[in-house]
Amino acid sequence: MDKPFAITLDPGSSLANRTGSWRTSRPVYLDRLPPCNKQCPAGEDIQGWLFHAESGDYESAWRHLTKDNPFPAIMGRVCYHSCEGACNRGQLDAPVGINSVERFLGDEALKRGWKLTAPASESGKHVLIVGAGPSGMSAAYHLRRLGHQVTVQEAGPLLGGMMRFGIPKYRLPRDVLEAEMQRVVDLGVKVKLGSKVDNILETMQEGGFDAAFLAVGAHIGKRAMIPAGDAAKIIDAISLLRSMEGEDKPLLGRRVVVYGGGNTAIDVARTAKRMGAEPLIVYRRTREKMPAHDFEVEEALQEGIMVKWLSTIKQAHESSLTIEKMALDGKGFPQPTGEYETIEADSLVLALGQDVDLGLLEGVPGLEVSDGVVQVSANMMTGHAGIFAGGDMVPAERNVTVAIGHGKKAAKNIDAWLRGEEYVAPPKKEVATFENLNTWYYADAPKTVRPMLDIIRRQSTFEEVQGGLDESNALFEARRCLSCGNCFECDNCYGVCPDNAVIKLGPGKRFEFNYDYCKGCGMCVAECPCGAIKMEAEEI
Amino acid sequence: MSFQPVHFYQTGTFTVGNRLLSAEERSVQANVERTNSLNSGHRACQGCGEALGARYAIDAAMNAARGRLIAANATGCLEVFSTPYPETSWQIPWIHSLFGNTAAIGTGIAAAIKVKRQKGQMDDVRVVAQGGDGGTTDIGFGCLSGMFERNDDVLYICYDNGGYMNTGVQRSSATPPAARTATTMPVGPEPGNNFGQGKFVPAIAMAHEIPYVATATVADLRDLEYKVTKAMGMRGARYIHILVPCPLGWGAASQDTIKLARLAKETGIFPVFEAENGEVTGVLKIRRPQPVEEYLKLQKRYAHLFGKKPAVETIARLQAAADKNIRKYGLLDQEAN
Repeated sequence: MDKPFAITLDPGSSLANRTGSWRTSRPVYLDRLPPCNKQCPAGEDIQGWLFHAESGDYESAWRHLTKDNPFPAIMGRVCYHSCEGACNRGQLDAPVGINSVERFLGDEALKRGWKLTAPASESGKHVLIVGAGPSGMSAAYHLRRLGHQVTVQEAGPLLGGMMRFGIPKYRLPRDVLEAEMQRVVDLGVKVKLGSKVDNILETMQEGGFDAAFLAVGAHIGKRAMIPAGDAAKIIDAISLLRSMEGEDKPLLGRRVVVYGGGNTAIDVARTAKRMGAEPLIVYRRTREKMPAHDFEVEEALQEGIMVKWLSTIKQAHESSLTIEKMALDGKGFPQPTGEYETIEADSLVLALGQDVDLGLLEGVPGLEVSDGVVQVSANMMTGHAGIFAGGDMVPAERNVTVAIGHGKKAAKNIDAWLRGEEYVAPPKKEVATFENLNTWYYADAPKTVRPMLDIIRRQSTFEEVQGGLDESNALFEARRCLSCGNCFECDNCYGVCPDNAVIKLGPGKRFEFNYDYCKGCGMCVAECPCGAIKMEAEEI
Repeated sequence: MSFQPVHFYQTGTFTVGNRLLSAEERSVQANVERTNSLNSGHRACQGCGEALGARYAIDAAMNAARGRLIAANATGCLEVFSTPYPETSWQIPWIHSLFGNTAAIGTGIAAAIKVKRQKGQMDDVRVVAQGGDGGTTDIGFGCLSGMFERNDDVLYICYDNGGYMNTGVQRSSATPPAARTATTMPVGPEPGNNFGQGKFVPAIAMAHEIPYVATATVADLRDLEYKVTKAMGMRGARYIHILVPCPLGWGAASQDTIKLARLAKETGIFPVFEAENGEVTGVLKIRRPQPVEEYLKLQKRYAHLFGKKPAVETIARLQAAADKNIRKYGLLDQEAN
């Protein structure tokens, strides 16, 4: 006993005192589903690729992105980015410019020549894809990555489908489209252009295909019963947009009237404006009721395109149209007023929606068609085993992103079906809501706006209207991401624990709780900026 | 100049760490090699602000002193929960003093080190004296004022939770007006602590014109670390007053500790500033202004203000006090945040 006076015990550490026994509830780490990811029709892990972009690792970001969607440069131009509408940052200042960062990554990949990842092994199965639009090419990409042999048959002369024949150049420059299509072809996808499939079963048998994915799109313009004189020039919007891709540009005259209120109507009017015409959109309801996206309407109005709201076309003559004024009833439906008006028109373009050419499906047993589209089950398979379908030809919202999502979903299901299995999607995680976040921790940072082309050039040329972000502001924009529901290693939990009960595992490895000492105060949960921790009741 | 936040790195310097910042720009607390001066297993309540504040401050001091530091610690919560005989949570040389003489013990340690260094018997070791608001503003005030007046080479850190919490929440001279404690009027027309009493020791410390005085809260780690590091870079008497919410004494939820400290700063109730030689040289601006109710209503010690008939006048007086702080220290400006 050589201890000082009155001391009988050796000094000990408080580590002997396992304060974890005080706990009645415990913190646990979790990954929640960010609202952007939940919203994305193409199923992109947006928060995931932004995470890489935030650190300036654009190639990793692009690789992460292209796991789900091989066309970021196209997406960054034509996607309607409903993800941004769901973005939690919108409740703080303005949503993260996801679409503009996506475009930056897509353009960066094209500039640097990044290639898509080739399949690790070959399955020996052969899948036929009918239609080289967004859905077909997306399916081709995903099936190829899964090791299947893929042949794409396309009736048209070029790849891209509606992305080429429906979307004007000023929104999607053709070199971008071609580069992203070619990158998929480079994975070893066989493409047959100008070869229309007339009978799907025959084609499958002749080619020895194990399965087929149909994505022929909706290319037949809907007509309306408009009494017209012989000399009246009436064409449909899709034919017009398609002919813009050929040598012979359509002759529209000076006064072009576009009938309809969807995005296609806007595209046609803006195209006509660029050809030197004076387009006028005639729509039977009001701007608020217009199905076209508001930003497109806004851009069209900026370019000097006129719109006649609450009007229907009753009759077409050689150089004029008779229009009836409408009024909205109590339910918001347009009703005729009996008031007529004549307007000058050299041509009338009908943008009233499109139908699907279902000719190739005639005589296929088990197939169900209703409302002009092919019915598919939850796994994207039609009533005929082995034939899957997606894009505009199945019941869904019609846009490029949805089509790309269909392609991916169908590919996963085709892959499972080829192995005699059924694809089971992983269970959906709980959504990271705004209430899950502690937004105090995010730096105040307003959204970066992309440059717009000068108005005069927008009215007279087909140059791209919306510019891209450069590296510095794309990085800034990526860093506005709140990383909702997913740990981004800010060290807050590690710092704020009064009991040192959080173990930091090092970069990329996140954290762990030391439940021997965690008293369950919940401070880490309250101070986690992104809502990646929650409390669970302890079993007592 | 007060702490300058880094902008636009997602969370900038608001969070403890930030993978987008270079290693030098990150906080001491983000480093896996931090001292963890106050280790796990201590007996502080769940969500204890003082345990957190002490680790923040002493880890930063250890970092600044390259591990050569001795701490004197007044009796109080911090001492009681960290060192029940024979265990200790402290991973630094640490001396327990009486309730009232920590500043004097700090002075003594500094004097001993000075003598030993003059004799060439040891290299430099820095001294911190620390205590709660009871040990600082009440019982230890004489020794503290003496330490200031002699300009002894000690950094004194006060962890202010507004009362004697480990003995059952008794009033101290740092208990804010209208807050209820075990020794203030429990009932009657105006329960809670009186207005116009108590003392704000940072202002008294400034009156001594010592080299450095600062206030901080556990809600602004980077500001706290900056101030401790700055103080450790100076010699003479230095004083840092850290607001540390107490879930037990304030009647608050254990997860709200940091939130309450943040609200105390954002409402203006607790001004966060620094002063050199008696003059204010920097303030931490309010980023998202809030009315005092946001701070008060989370605490049961103010529950009597929010009964069936809210004590509008009392709340208005507390708001006026916060507004006075905002004016006096210039806590709001256009470039806030």
